[in-house]
Amino acid sequence: MTATPDAPRRRRAPLAPWFTGALRTLGSIAATMLGLLFVTFLIGRVMPIDPVLAIVGERASQETYDQVYRQLGLDQPMIVQFAYYIWDVVRGEFGMSLLNARPVAEDIARVFPATLELATIGVLIGIVFGIPLGVISAVRQGSWIDQIARVVALVGYSMPIFWLGLIGLLIFYGILGWVGGPGRLDIFYQGIVPDRTGMILIDSAIAGNWDVFRNAFSHIVLPASLLGYYSLAYISRMTRSFMLEQLSAEYVTTARVKGMSEWSVIWGHAFRNIRVQLITVIALSYANLLEGSVLTEIIFAWPGIGSYITTALLSADMNAVLGGTVVVGLIFICLNIFSDLLYRVFDPRSK
Amino acid sequence: MTFFTRTLAGVGLAATLLTGTATLTLAQTPDNMLVIANRIDDITSLDPAESFEFAGSDVSRNIYQKLVNFDPGDLDAGYQPEVAESWEVSEDGRTITFTIRDGLTFHSGNPVRAEDVEFSLRRVVELNLTPAFILTQFGFTADNVEETIVADGNTVTIVTDKPYATSFVLNCLTATIGGIVDKELVLANEQDGDLGNNWLKTNSAGSGAYKLVSWTPNESVTLESNPDYYLGSPSMERVIVRHVQESASQRLLLERGDIDMARNLNPEDIAGAREAEGVKIHDELRGRLMYVALNQKHPELSKPEVRQAIKYLIDYEGMEGSFLDGQYTIHQNFLPQTFLGAVDENPFSLNVERAKELLAEAGVESMELEVGVREAQERIEIAQTLQNTFAQAGITLNITVGTAKQILGRYRARELDVYLGAWGPDYPDPHTNAGTFAYNPDNSDEANATGLLAWRNAWDTGGLTEKVEAAVVENDREMRQQMYADIQAEFRETSPFAIMFQKIEQAAMRDNVENVNLGGATTAVSYWVIEK
Repeated sequence: MTATPDAPRRRRAPLAPWFTGALRTLGSIAATMLGLLFVTFLIGRVMPIDPVLAIVGERASQETYDQVYRQLGLDQPMIVQFAYYIWDVVRGEFGMSLLNARPVAEDIARVFPATLELATIGVLIGIVFGIPLGVISAVRQGSWIDQIARVVALVGYSMPIFWLGLIGLLIFYGILGWVGGPGRLDIFYQGIVPDRTGMILIDSAIAGNWDVFRNAFSHIVLPASLLGYYSLAYISRMTRSFMLEQLSAEYVTTARVKGMSEWSVIWGHAFRNIRVQLITVIALSYANLLEGSVLTEIIFAWPGIGSYITTALLSADMNAVLGGTVVVGLIFICLNIFSDLLYRVFDPRSK
Repeated sequence: MTFFTRTLAGVGLAATLLTGTATLTLAQTPDNMLVIANRIDDITSLDPAESFEFAGSDVSRNIYQKLVNFDPGDLDAGYQPEVAESWEVSEDGRTITFTIRDGLTFHSGNPVRAEDVEFSLRRVVELNLTPAFILTQFGFTADNVEETIVADGNTVTIVTDKPYATSFVLNCLTATIGGIVDKELVLANEQDGDLGNNWLKTNSAGSGAYKLVSWTPNESVTLESNPDYYLGSPSMERVIVRHVQESASQRLLLERGDIDMARNLNPEDIAGAREAEGVKIHDELRGRLMYVALNQKHPELSKPEVRQAIKYLIDYEGMEGSFLDGQYTIHQNFLPQTFLGAVDENPFSLNVERAKELLAEAGVESMELEVGVREAQERIEIAQTLQNTFAQAGITLNITVGTAKQILGRYRARELDVYLGAWGPDYPDPHTNAGTFAYNPDNSDEANATGLLAWRNAWDTGGLTEKVEAAVVENDREMRQQMYADIQAEFRETSPFAIMFQKIEQAAMRDNVENVNLGGATTAVSYWVIEK
């Protein structure tokens, strides 16, 4: 997707490589976005959902129906509708939500921090536990710890998230009462700390209100652990296979023969070489979580972008669905570029 | 330390940090606060001129007063004076003059005046949003409201285009659309001549028992009590309705004591919650009906014997006793129980022999039909049950499941053989359902009366249309009631509709919550009477 190191040589215009590189990156972002917009737009049109009916209701007269149909521009040719749509998005507008008549962009800005907070903690859990686990199971391939790690990863891969979520709620919230229930805060804590970032943990820390902080933490710990578990399963599996590849390489044997400590062979040599690959894995995993792990958000009544898009979809609020999809797409693209940049920083060959 | 133990120690430390929350003592909801879990994703606007959904009506009923309103303590008594202290009807039955009660104030502190009533009702007509028909059906238009809805001193006069039954007009004024808004406050927030519509979507300007603190779509609605409410300050100072989609999550919150009431538990969770300590279940009849309709364009379905036969091919009791357990009750009439004019005759039950005889009389040996069903668990289960019982009389029923666009689109275009669906009254007067099920003045395709169920099924009502028209202008309440009973008796036998069930809402709540009234079939929930 992004520039390869060997850009085509031009004879006359010796532009700085960073410049052409940046230009290419921008160009590919634009192309990807356009493609994404086109696909989401198309999906929006072919979906068996009627936005007009959603607005006017089941019992409206044909005249009202037709009027709203025209108001939404649905009587225009598809290409014209698409042009309008692009124009809106370019101006940073996703139109008004058909259902609550507020700007979709505003809605997304409101729900996104909730997802960001949840996904960030989730991916951190994935990193903190997943990488060591992957490394250990590679080093002790075939040992009991490797077996356990593989089972953990397998379960994480195959267990339906809503089931695990409900069981988790039942045990840790319902029976044991160790964590907070669905929602981001207990109701009496709502609206106490001023809304600065939209992320309650950060907002309450800024406000120095540790009661709210603790309460928010008790609510996020379960859904974040659940998401963390899924990202852990993925990260540890990938780490394991990357490490196995490195450990069987000649330089590792050489290092061992030279009498280096096991610790520095593993962390100093082998692990160094997989960092770059891991960055991509982590970025992907993070993007997946940010996309709003829909079911997790629904089960935990977590008002993030996943449940926003789902609700919008169920109520045929196409502007909201499209806006949400575009934002999620943008996140994917940005994280891809970001991991690409880190690649260059970390990969010695790119220097 | 080897690499292994060092790594393990690191992981262990991180684990301790992450899961190191001490056991939390979860507080119960405060005594002066009512916390409810409900699905509120249907709310699109809280402007009474626009709001037309269940969760929105719940909010509106508690924020806005109306000229006349239902008393939660006695819904059967019908509309009672509220903002209007009394009213008089002219000789010709077209003019109603309301006298406005003294001493009422809006949440803003402004007095409630006749002018506010005039503004509120005119506003509905001028904005002409989706539910406006509830008022405009009396002949009010943007052009004539200046003459037809007029304030004078402490009275407001409305003039209808025909002498309708007074009960019909007043019942309509108890709908959400009849909410009286604070003229000064609303006009102060007007944008581009929208009569404050945009502002009122998310703000309140009422005089009811509660004022709106905030509504965050798909998240929560927060209300605060009005200490100056004319019936006394409500016991619950705050009411918070939180959007929780999942039945299982609602039940957990309730059993843990984090909420006071859960409004969307499925039958399994209701059964579970019944066993839980400190939880009770409140059952209340609501207005929603479940029905099957037969398209009269179908040559066989249009035969009277076939219509009858199908009513004998439905296993009402079987369904009520199994998967609909406790959430629907058998009801075979188009007026929900508790409505003015409602009757409780349910003559049909599963009788395959009788159905076969009727089909034989009609000369139908076997046929294949398509039923359209929208994706909803209970509806699909009903369709499957129908498929089974229809088959016993030689009718093959093919089920098509789809979204609203797919199924409703075809229903509205008169293309489905059979439709299985639900219908809820638009406003608390018998005319709402009579006008939908038994009224069809022009059965031609060109009429395109998609709002009328009789038209959607291409049913020429055989004289019921005229009877519905007569009932809506009958001023004697008892007489009017009798007319609806008669219409329904005929409807049961002749119509292509098999009305099957009426909705029962089961709300689960902590057992210290008292005086809950969800509004029955006629209105919405009343928070101001609730105590704990």
